[in-house]
Amino acid sequence: MNDQLYQDRIVALAKAKTGAGKLDAPTKSARRDNPLCGDRVTMDIKLDGQGRITEIAHQVRGCLLCQASASALSAVAVGRDAAGVADIRHDAERALGRESGDPREPFTAFAPVAAHKSRQECVLLPFEALKDALS
Amino acid sequence: MAGTEYGMSFDIAAVRRQFPILSEIIDGRPVHYLDNGASAQTPLAVIDAVRHYETTSRANVLRGVHRLAERATEAYENARAEVAKFLGVQPLEVIFTGGCTAAINLVAYSYGSLLKAGDRILLSELEHHSNIVPWQLLRARSGVEIDMIPVTEDGRIDLTKLPRLVTSRTKLISLAHVSNVTGALLDIRAVVAAAKSVGAKVMLDGAQRAPHGPLDLPSLGIDFYAFAGHKAYGPNGIGVLWGKPELLDAMPPFMGGGSMIGRVTFAETTWAPSPRRFEAGTPAIGPAIGLGAACSWMQALDWTAAHDHEMALVQRLMDGLQKVDGTRLFGPASLQNRYPVVSFTLDGVHPHDVAQTLDSFGVAVRAGHHCAQPLMDRFDLDGTTRVSMAPYNDNTDIDALLAGVAHAARTLR
Repeated sequence: MNDQLYQDRIVALAKAKTGAGKLDAPTKSARRDNPLCGDRVTMDIKLDGQGRITEIAHQVRGCLLCQASASALSAVAVGRDAAGVADIRHDAERALGRESGDPREPFTAFAPVAAHKSRQECVLLPFEALKDALS
Repeated sequence: MAGTEYGMSFDIAAVRRQFPILSEIIDGRPVHYLDNGASAQTPLAVIDAVRHYETTSRANVLRGVHRLAERATEAYENARAEVAKFLGVQPLEVIFTGGCTAAINLVAYSYGSLLKAGDRILLSELEHHSNIVPWQLLRARSGVEIDMIPVTEDGRIDLTKLPRLVTSRTKLISLAHVSNVTGALLDIRAVVAAAKSVGAKVMLDGAQRAPHGPLDLPSLGIDFYAFAGHKAYGPNGIGVLWGKPELLDAMPPFMGGGSMIGRVTFAETTWAPSPRRFEAGTPAIGPAIGLGAACSWMQALDWTAAHDHEMALVQRLMDGLQKVDGTRLFGPASLQNRYPVVSFTLDGVHPHDVAQTLDSFGVAVRAGHHCAQPLMDRFDLDGTTRVSMAPYNDNTDIDALLAGVAHAARTLR
């Protein structure tokens, strides 16, 4: 059976729900929708004086891939500014086969999505929401 | 499988043999195609008709005097006649469009241009976006207002609300003949009665009904009917608008160009009569011919037996889904007044993940909002997984789907 998309690591990331929820009084918040599938991600962040993320929380109304990505992103976003988040997006893009090079953890988990182009936006939607929140 | 299960009147194996794609093997698995509500598969009769046109008659229609142009024109007009026969109407009342969406937009633009600010259009909460957005565009242009009939818990348009919503200002009621999410069949008689009481026109979006057998539109008392070719076993890029001739004659063109004119001068241009008035430019000739063949194919099928077969599949599906913990079905609970479209959710698993898992079982379904976001909002859903059937589906399709749903329930939550 070709159901390798939902490997244990992706399912585990989604179930971990790292950063799932809302922040009280976030510095910034942004919501992104995927009009094609209806997935929706809201990112809340708190920033320090240098624009670095000190706290992050996300709400996902979307698929397991989107949940896993938001969870993975939340796990590594604290301490990063907009440039730092843009840097880790490259890891997701590499895992998806959209950029060359090896992705860093935890984004290697998304390598199975490289073969499912129609689902790649699900992985990237949390990055889009966080980028908006940081802009 | 095969016809023995449903009696001799419906030979499922013979139907399936007419659809080459059903023999396709992907990753070692047969295709279980249950996404017919998005696009149906096409039988050899349609493929052959298009190929015949492209290899023996390819030319533009109407204008040429050479032999190929005459062949093309004849085939194109024969296709119109086949569609008309399928709908129970006259050929000159049939307009070929780019699809069902294009047909609804045509009415919203052309008939809509005859409406004035304050006139009201009545839609329902379960409409496909293609029967919502064109009217919103009209509202932005002309100031018409839009009313909405709510949906019942079992996914039907709540016609008990009609008396309150249909007023003397209601000029058009445009509704799905069959819901693309719940499969519910509209009670047309009640809608037409309410419309006629105030002189409103009725349009039906037949995208999900036309693929399930011939119609007799004049008996329905409606004014416009739209459907898509690709959902009715025909090619992509073709659809149909039927309208009452007196309404079509009163409507201005939707698009300008060749074919749709009477006489053009820089001072003034006059319009051709319908249907040419609404078929500007070179039409989708091959797809129209293919759709004619699809209508002819549908005419030849025993739809009483086919419908019984489809409903038996719906029952098997609903029974099977209810055995999987955490499934929730949307739409009518019974088989009465419905067509073979079934939407469900699986607790704790997003519809896209259900659909992706089903793909790994060789099962093709649609997941998401089905271009019916107001309906999703009504039930506070991210989306559903939708199973939509055609006469060529069989028990193996349903059983493969049920195995996939059970797998998703076991592994993804």
